[in-house]
Amino acid sequence: MSVKTIATQRASMNIPTGRLAVWWVLVSEIVIFGGVLVSYLLHRLAHVEWAEQAAHTNTWAGAFNTLVLLSSSLSAVLAHQAAEKGNGPKAARLLYFTVLGGLVFLIVKAFEWTHEIQLGFTLQSGGFWSYYYTAAGLHAFHVIAGMGVMIWVASTAKKNQELHRVENVGIYWHFVDIVWIFLFPLLYIAK
Amino acid sequence: MTQHAQAEVHGAGHHGHVEQNWFLKYFWSTDHKVIAMQYMFTGMAMALVAGFMAYVFRMQIAYPGMNVPFFGHVSPDAYNSLITQHGSIMVFWVAMPVLLAGFGNFLIPLMCGCDDMVFPRINRLSYQLFLLSAIILIASWFVPGGGFGGAWTAYPPLSSVAKYNLTPMGSSMWVLAVAFEFVAFLLGGINFIVTAMNARAPGMKAFDVPLVVWMIVVASLLFMASVGPLIAGAVMLLFDQNLGTAFYNPTRGGDPVLWQHLFWFFGHPEVYVVLLPAMGIVAEVMTVFARKKMFAYRMVIYTVVAVGVLSFFVWAHHQFVAGIDPRMANVFTVTTVLISIPIAEMCFLYIATLYGGSIRFSAPMLWALAFLVEFLIGGVTGIYLGASGADIFFHDTYFVVAHFHYTFFPIASIGTLAGITFWFPKMFGRMMNETLSKIHFWGTMLPFNFIFIPMFILGMSGEHRRIYDYTHFPDLANPAMQSLRIMSTVALVVMLLFQFIFLYNFIVSMFRGKKAEKNPWKANTLEWTTESPPPHGNWQEMPTVYRGPYEYAVPGRDTDYWPQNERE
Amino acid sequence: MILSLPSASTFSGDIDGLVLLVTVLCGVWFFATQVTFFWLMWRFRARDGVKSQYITGKEPHLKKWINIPHTLILVCDIVIIVAAVRVWTKVKQTLPPPDDTIRVVGQQWTWSFQHSGADTTLDTADDVWTSDSLHVAEGKTYHFLLESKDVLHSFFVPVFRLKQDAIPGRIITGWFKATRSGTYDILCAEICGIGHGIMGGRIVIESPEQHASWVQQHSVVADAGAAASDSTTAVAAGATN
Ligand code: HEA
Ligand code: HEA
Ligand code: CUA
Ligand SMILES: [Cu+2]
Repeated sequence: MSVKTIATQRASMNIPTGRLAVWWVLVSEIVIFGGVLVSYLLHRLAHVEWAEQAAHTNTWAGAFNTLVLLSSSLSAVLAHQAAEKGNGPKAARLLYFTVLGGLVFLIVKAFEWTHEIQLGFTLQSGGFWSYYYTAAGLHAFHVIAGMGVMIWVASTAKKNQELHRVENVGIYWHFVDIVWIFLFPLLYIAK
Repeated sequence: MTQHAQAEVHGAGHHGHVEQNWFLKYFWSTDHKVIAMQYMFTGMAMALVAGFMAYVFRMQIAYPGMNVPFFGHVSPDAYNSLITQHGSIMVFWVAMPVLLAGFGNFLIPLMCGCDDMVFPRINRLSYQLFLLSAIILIASWFVPGGGFGGAWTAYPPLSSVAKYNLTPMGSSMWVLAVAFEFVAFLLGGINFIVTAMNARAPGMKAFDVPLVVWMIVVASLLFMASVGPLIAGAVMLLFDQNLGTAFYNPTRGGDPVLWQHLFWFFGHPEVYVVLLPAMGIVAEVMTVFARKKMFAYRMVIYTVVAVGVLSFFVWAHHQFVAGIDPRMANVFTVTTVLISIPIAEMCFLYIATLYGGSIRFSAPMLWALAFLVEFLIGGVTGIYLGASGADIFFHDTYFVVAHFHYTFFPIASIGTLAGITFWFPKMFGRMMNETLSKIHFWGTMLPFNFIFIPMFILGMSGEHRRIYDYTHFPDLANPAMQSLRIMSTVALVVMLLFQFIFLYNFIVSMFRGKKAEKNPWKANTLEWTTESPPPHGNWQEMPTVYRGPYEYAVPGRDTDYWPQNERE
Repeated sequence: MILSLPSASTFSGDIDGLVLLVTVLCGVWFFATQVTFFWLMWRFRARDGVKSQYITGKEPHLKKWINIPHTLILVCDIVIIVAAVRVWTKVKQTLPPPDDTIRVVGQQWTWSFQHSGADTTLDTADDVWTSDSLHVAEGKTYHFLLESKDVLHSFFVPVFRLKQDAIPGRIITGWFKATRSGTYDILCAEICGIGHGIMGGRIVIESPEQHASWVQQHSVVADAGAAASDSTTAVAAGATN
């Protein structure tokens, strides 16, 4: 029963309004993460001693999470295809699978962090750790947000409604994924 | 914010709903016109607050230690908080909401010929976040320790370490408020950009869009592309303040100058973010009251884009003597001085627009012309500062203060008032009183110059910023300089008194002013083709566009204007 | 020279010169612009029966009135840039060999100064510590080592046209050479907390002889001087927490 504004339905640029908006959201997000990462890089290069702080991060956990996110992105793509074919329920199932991926990612992260904190590496224990928790935390926050939206989109897609949203939420999820592709080498591999 | 961006996609608007009571109508509405007014009035209220603060600390500067009427004694920490809050409010809670959000919300749908923003509920949310940010800011003045007093630039370590700034809560709340404000304008910005890109009336090509819309969109883009790093920086600052991190703490591997880069990478584009909407308003007013086509409309747009691009490569001109690598200064002095090229071009094109015109000096036009006259002063003095060698001396003197008030005041006040007086009939369906408007105009413009010209002289004589009492410095305490300070304060008081005429005129005209017809100024752009004020949904049936916005005095037509929506 | 402000260093003249150059170049354009602007306002004011003209801005004979000034401004810009960079490199990018060195320490909310004493080398027994007043000899080239104990401060000597921010955790080196004797303000040009409004000092520029004798009197009591400056430190520290 939601009455849409005429404005929302127009497409002077021949791009669906929703998708256009998602792209602009990404632009503003890119510069946010860009700010964190560039600051981190400059400091990392200026402080050799951060390397042995970085040595304590768990590369395997990071690698595993990268895998998880990548596969969750895959299922997001499949969801999009299903939506294209107008198969809402299938799209919804695949989206739930993506959400599951996000969940696994967060659980691994939770174990990682508790372990590191037990070892005494907290926000305060030095420059590297400050950036480590801040950058990864900011990213995790986006994962959670993405999961929330995805559950909501899936719930409508199940009823074969608003299927175009499946693609938009997918675009966003790929972005969250790509950010991690940057974070992983910078925070885990570079030692 | 992404959640909502998603949430609104095509879900937009429980919008056609009949709005029952006044609360739903004025506080929960998703109508872009109502939201525009919410921004406008909030901004206006904040302007009065910040203007009052200016009055208080100007009195303290002119008559150190006096009991300021309506305020009382100004202690050093009170002084610091006053200027900090004055600056923050005027930029983030006056200029931004009024020029970008206020006019943006009101004009974009009306000028693009659609019924609302593309995401009405995000639009409402963005205002609510903005209001929240304002409330946090105001609350921060009343917490233990008082409001933040580390200047609107909030340089760490002063801003990050409580034992240095002595406002443990105030400083965190300031950062929080600014961060919320940014998020609010990101949401708003996405709305503006997408609406102007995607929801234009049939037949309206990119180059049929009025300049003010172009400029508000470019401004939103600048904001969106420059604010991210500072949002990250603000989070880091909050962590430094409250979670014991050391991002900006040199003793533990951090770097205070990092904040300066993050701040000014945003800060300089930001000044054009507020400049452009004002410039756009002036373009609309000038063309209408000169009955002239904009001189080289497309070139104006190209200069705007050029300014936008250049503005990302000048930020370190605020940090010439801040301890950055001195070789960097040479790069930034080049980019900074070169930015005068597109802006000069822009100003010249505006001035050329008068050529061959038939100029009516009604109140909106007076404001528009005054904008250029005064802004040029602010502009050229920017070159003094951009010349790195000279900035060694000028940095953080009153010369800088005078420079940016000659840019900011024309924008936040003169440009705003040009827009208010021009669109008032469309906003409220009634005309403002012309005589009172003109009295207010002269009563504002003349004192304005007496407030800030002295500051150039004081700055050149070495007076530095953010000082509550110059008697501590023998060379600066000399009577000649003190009398200049007094002149500027007196002029301010006079100007403030004239603002009451505006408020009276504004409020009375709103309810008693003579009814305005659809198109009182005989203008071309689409907002003038609907009733004043426009109904919910803006048009009975949506307009179609046949030509550009500035077709005045087209040869071979009996009327000297040609609305965009008229086929013949 | 800039208005009422004396010019007391070897480069203050250069900076004033640069300011003058900018004033002339921008001034010319500024007045040209304003005059044209007001003339157009008057010339094309609304008059009965006179319709406005339809001008797109593509007309070459009109466009040239924009393009020509525009190129000229570019030229002015280049002149300004060259002049600015030359002054900048002289003041900030070159370090002439010093005759003497001083240390300038900013802290909430005082400047303290370490004079090298007779041996012109810092951190020796005969150093003279003072707070709030810096003594230098006319005609000698000084290097200053600028430090901060807490927040950002900015070492500002208006008569020298010299300004440099002090950053905690860093030592920033700069130079100056006084050209006239007298006593002038030293200011702090970066907001540094509640006391920013009182943070300052005086620079005492003396003839080499006077300066030498001043050093004489004070290095003997170097320790007392140090004690004094420590006590100011203590006071300032006390004020901060
Ligand atoms: C909307 C606001 C606004 C605008 C438009 C500008 C415009 C410009 N500003 Fe300004 N500026 C501020 C707001 C603004 N500024 C603020 C708020 C600060 C202080 C922040 C703080 O520290 O608190 C500041 C500080 C500031 C500094 C740092 C000073 C210091 O702290 O040391 C510098 C240095 O380069 C600078 C330069 C410029 C330049 C080159 C322009 C240019 O865009 C101007 C270009 C325009 C013209 C040049 C006029 C038109 C041209 C002609 C009439 C032709 C003749 C011209 C020539 C021959 C060159 N500004
Ligand atoms: C938009 C920006 C803006 C505006 C309009 C003003 C307006 C004024 N400012 Fe402000 N000022 C700043 C931005 C602004 N200022 C900033 C950023 C700083 C730096 C702070 C810092 O150092 O950290 C500063 C600092 C500053 C100082 C330096 C303090 C110091 O360093 O010690 C002084 C000193 O005189 C001063 C004076 C004034 C005065 C007298 C006005 C008068 O013009 C005030 C009168 C204005 C009004 C009464 C309201 C005007 C109306 C509107 C703005 C629009 C109304 C809205 C609608 C109609 C919808 N300001
Ligand atoms: Cu030290 Cu201001
Ligand atoms: Cu700038």
